[in-house]
Amino acid sequence: MKPHFLFHNANDSVGVAVVDIKAGEKLTGACLENGRKVNIDALENVPLGHKVALKDLKDGEQVVKYGISIGHMVQSTAKGKHIHVHNLKTNRW
Amino acid sequence: MGKYSFLGYRRENGSVAARNHVAIIPVDDISNAAAEGVASLIRGTLPLSHPYGRLQFGEDLELFFRTMIGTGSNPNVASAVVIGIEPKWTDKIAEGIAKTGKPVEAFFIERSGDLKTIEKASRAAKGLVQKASEAKREQIDISETTISTKCGESDTTSGLASNPTVGKVFERLVAEGSTLLFGETSELTGGEQFVAERMKTPELKEKFMKIFNDYAEFIEAQEADLLGSQPTQGNIAGGLTTIEEKAMGNIQKIGKAMVDGVLDPAESPTGKGLWYMDTSSAAAECVTLFAAGGAIAHLFTTGQGNIVGNPVIPVIKMSANPVTVSTMSEHIDVPLEKILTLEQTLDEAGDEVMEMLLKTLSGRLTAAEVLRHREFVLTKLYRSA
Repeated sequence: MKPHFLFHNANDSVGVAVVDIKAGEKLTGACLENGRKVNIDALENVPLGHKVALKDLKDGEQVVKYGISIGHMVQSTAKGKHIHVHNLKTNRW
Repeated sequence: MGKYSFLGYRRENGSVAARNHVAIIPVDDISNAAAEGVASLIRGTLPLSHPYGRLQFGEDLELFFRTMIGTGSNPNVASAVVIGIEPKWTDKIAEGIAKTGKPVEAFFIERSGDLKTIEKASRAAKGLVQKASEAKREQIDISETTISTKCGESDTTSGLASNPTVGKVFERLVAEGSTLLFGETSELTGGEQFVAERMKTPELKEKFMKIFNDYAEFIEAQEADLLGSQPTQGNIAGGLTTIEEKAMGNIQKIGKAMVDGVLDPAESPTGKGLWYMDTSSAAAECVTLFAAGGAIAHLFTTGQGNIVGNPVIPVIKMSANPVTVSTMSEHIDVPLEKILTLEQTLDEAGDEVMEMLLKTLSGRLTAAEVLRHREFVLTKLYRSA
C-alpha cells in the first residue's frame, strides 16, 4: 500500500504528507531510515508536503525532523494534527 | 576509463567540456547592445548580457572580474569575443580568459561606435564559430568533470526525495574522483554546524564558520527581517516551516560526503572532491558563480518548481513533487515522484540521475536549454561608486 506520509528518522515527531490527507482518514506512514510502518488517525486536513504530528506535542516542546530539532511549538497540539507556521516556530529568531 | 564516462570536448589546457559555445562577452552594461548585435548576425554565438561593469570598486570589482573571466574560461566556452566600452577593462577580461589557451578576441567601442565594432567583432566571431565547429567529442571519464548543485523553490519533497537523491549522486561522484561544488550560505542557516562538522580539517572549519558568521553579521547590520523571506513564501506554501528545516533539507544534497575545500564566490577549486563555495541562495546568481568557478553541468532540485537555467552550463532539473512534475513537466528532466510512493528507492533514483547527467554531458539538451533559460546573473556586493 502507498504511504500517506513519510518521516526521515525513527525519532522524528512529525511526518511529511506525500498525498493530500483528509481529516478522519486512517493513515499509514513509513520511516525512510528503517522502513518501519506507523499508523495514525488524521484529525485535520494536511496538504501534500505539509507536516502531520506523529505524537501529542506540548507548547514549547522541540519538534524533531531529520532526527534534530527544527524549532519549537508555540501551542499544544494533538497527534494527527497539521504542524506548520501557525503552531511551530524557528529557534533562531 | 572508469565506470562512468561520456562524450565530451577536450580543451587546449586539458580541461573537459559538455558544450561548445562561442561566447560574446560584454564588459559592461552599455556594451550589451553591441554583443547582442554580433549574436544576432553570427549563428552559434552566445551573448552574455548583464547590467554591471561600470564604476565598481574594491571587493565587488574583484568579484566582477573573477566572474567574467571565470565564465569566459569555463571549459564549455570554446572561444570568446569580449566587447567593452574602453580598452583597459576589456583587455583585462580578455587576457584573463586567454590564459586558458583558448582563442579570445577583444574590441572596444570608444573611437569606433557600435556599428563598426559590431562589424569587426562579427568578422572575428564568424571565424571562431567555424573553428569551434571542428571540435569533436571524445570519450572522457567522469572523474575529470566539475559538477555543481543547488536547490530552489524547495519544499518538503526536496528534503525527502530529490535532495537525498543528489546526495547519493554526489557520494558516487566523490568516490569516482570528480570535483563537486555546493554553496547557498544563507540557506545553511540552522544547519551550519552540520556542514562545519563535514569539513576535513580544523582550518577549513574555521574558514567556513568565518564566512557564515560574516554573512549573519551582514544580515544583522542591514536590520533585515529574514523571517519574511526565509523560508520563502513558496517554501511555506510547500509545507516548509522553519529555516532549520529548510537547511536540513538543503544539506541532504551533499549526502555523507566530507568537504575538501572552501571557496570565495566564483573561485575555482584547486583539487578534486567536494568544495563549498560562498554563494547567494538566489538560483541564477548561484549557478552563475558555480559556472565561473568551472562547473560544466549543474544538478538542480526543486519542490514547487524553480525553472532557472544558465547560458554556459546545462542545468538538469529534478523534482519529487507530483504536482510540480505533472503541472510543470516541460521543466523537469528527471521526475522523482515515485520515491514518495516508495515505488523507487533513493539508489534507483540516483541511477536515473547519473544516466541523465552522462547523457547531458554528452550533448543532450536539458529542459532549461531547450526553453531558452539563459539566466546570467552577476552577484553584486554593494552599490557602484
